[in-house]
Order: sequence, then C-alpha cells, then structure tokens
Amino acid sequence: MKYAVKEYDESVVLSLNGEVDLSCSPQAREQILKELKKGKKLLIDLSDVEYIDSSGVASLVEGFQVARIQDQKFALVGVSKAAMQVLQLARLDKVFTIIDSIDDF
Amino acid sequence: MHPIERVHLLAHADNLKPLRHLVKKLFNEQGCNEKDLNSVIMAINEACMNVIQHAYNTEDGEIIVDFLINKDDLIVRIYDFSETVDTNVIKSRDLDDVRPGGIGVHLMNEVMDKVEYKTGMDGMGNLLELTKKIISDNNKNLKNEEKKL
Repeated sequence: MKYAVKEYDESVVLSLNGEVDLSCSPQAREQILKELKKGKKLLIDLSDVEYIDSSGVASLVEGFQVARIQDQKFALVGVSKAAMQVLQLARLDKVFTIIDSIDDF
Repeated sequence: MHPIERVHLLAHADNLKPLRHLVKKLFNEQGCNEKDLNSVIMAINEACMNVIQHAYNTEDGEIIVDFLINKDDLIVRIYDFSETVDTNVIKSRDLDDVRPGGIGVHLMNEVMDKVEYKTGMDGMGNLLELTKKIISDNNKNLKNEEKKL
C-alpha cells in the first residue's frame, strides 16, 4: 500500500493506493488518525484501492468513529469496485458518507 | 475429491499478498469467473488473517492451504497448528453495531457456500474448510502441485 496526502484550507484528502491488508492496515489507521488531528474535513480517496480486507475496513471505521466524536466531516471518495464490494458485504456502504468526487464534499 | 495444489506459508501478514496473487493465478488458469475468484480470495485472506491474529496471536507458526475440486465444488482447507480453538466462540457479530473489527467471519459466510470448522491435521490444531460452487469447463485439466511461499 502507498498513500498520499493533499491538504486544502478546510479539508485533507488521504489517498490510499494498492492493496490494503493486515500488513499495512496499522499504517493506514495511524495515518487516518494523524490526519484527523488536523481538525479539518477528512476525505479518504479509495479510487486506486485494488484490494481491501477487513483489517483495512476496520481502519476506516475507526476513522469514521473518531471523526464523529470530534464532530468532523469524514467521507470516502471514488470508492473502487473492489473496495465497494467489501463495504457492501459488511453493510457499511450505508454507514459511511460515500461521494463520487472531491468536489461533492 | 481431486487435489489441485498445496501451499505452505508462515503465519505472517506479509505472506497474505503473495498468497492472494497465487490463488488468483491458479484459478484464472482454471477459467474461474471473476466474481467467484474475488469471493474465494477474500475468504481465504480473512481465514488466514484470523489464524495469524487469533490462533497464533502474531507468533510464528505454519499455515497449510489445500485446494481441492469435488465435481463443481472448489474446496479450500486451511490448516494451522496452534492450540485447538473452541469453534462455538467463532461467530459473526451484529453488523448494526458499527465498530472496528470482527467482520471477517461474516465476510467468509457471505461469499462462500459453506464454512466448516473441522478437526485439524493429525488431530492437532485447527482446520477451516471453505466450499464454493465453481462453474468451469476446465476443472478436468487441474493438476496436483505443491508449492511453498
């Protein structure tokens, strides 16, 4: 997994790329929590995620929960087909705010 | 029951990606459709992840994955050699309770036709047997191979 961060005035976009599994989900979790500390809206771009397992999904859920507690906006953007399949199976596609493009946030 | 392949791997998170890629290559060659293939890869990954995290508790250990065909059924047997787990405690959790973790068993149950916990190899450890009905004309060409990751 690789990741990239783009910071704007009111938001941060964290893009995850490649395969998000147990070997790197702790890193994804750490990065999500780190970006949330900036106090801005956080968008997780999953458009280049080729695979995500339940540990990767757990990192997203933790970010979602922390954002909710801190009253921050948190959304998933451009969710890839592979990632969407897992979110739907876990019935999380109705829990997360999922948008098509960063401009929709 | 027709064995296709046996894979040995150390119970380490870094071995999950090569295992997924090996499964993809193996079943692409057999003409398995993409949806079934993704389901099988997901279930195997979740099962091995559970072994790494819970059975071996991130300590060193071995996992053996057997791939077999029985008529139209693909059968995946995942063996570990940790302490035998009480299978009564392995169950899906309530998904309405949104919290991190604990969805691996649910994912396996969703994508596979059968998920069974059986007695481990030579009565030791654990065996998880996953079954998926696969429609493929190429099953008769399957070969028996043994590999190490």
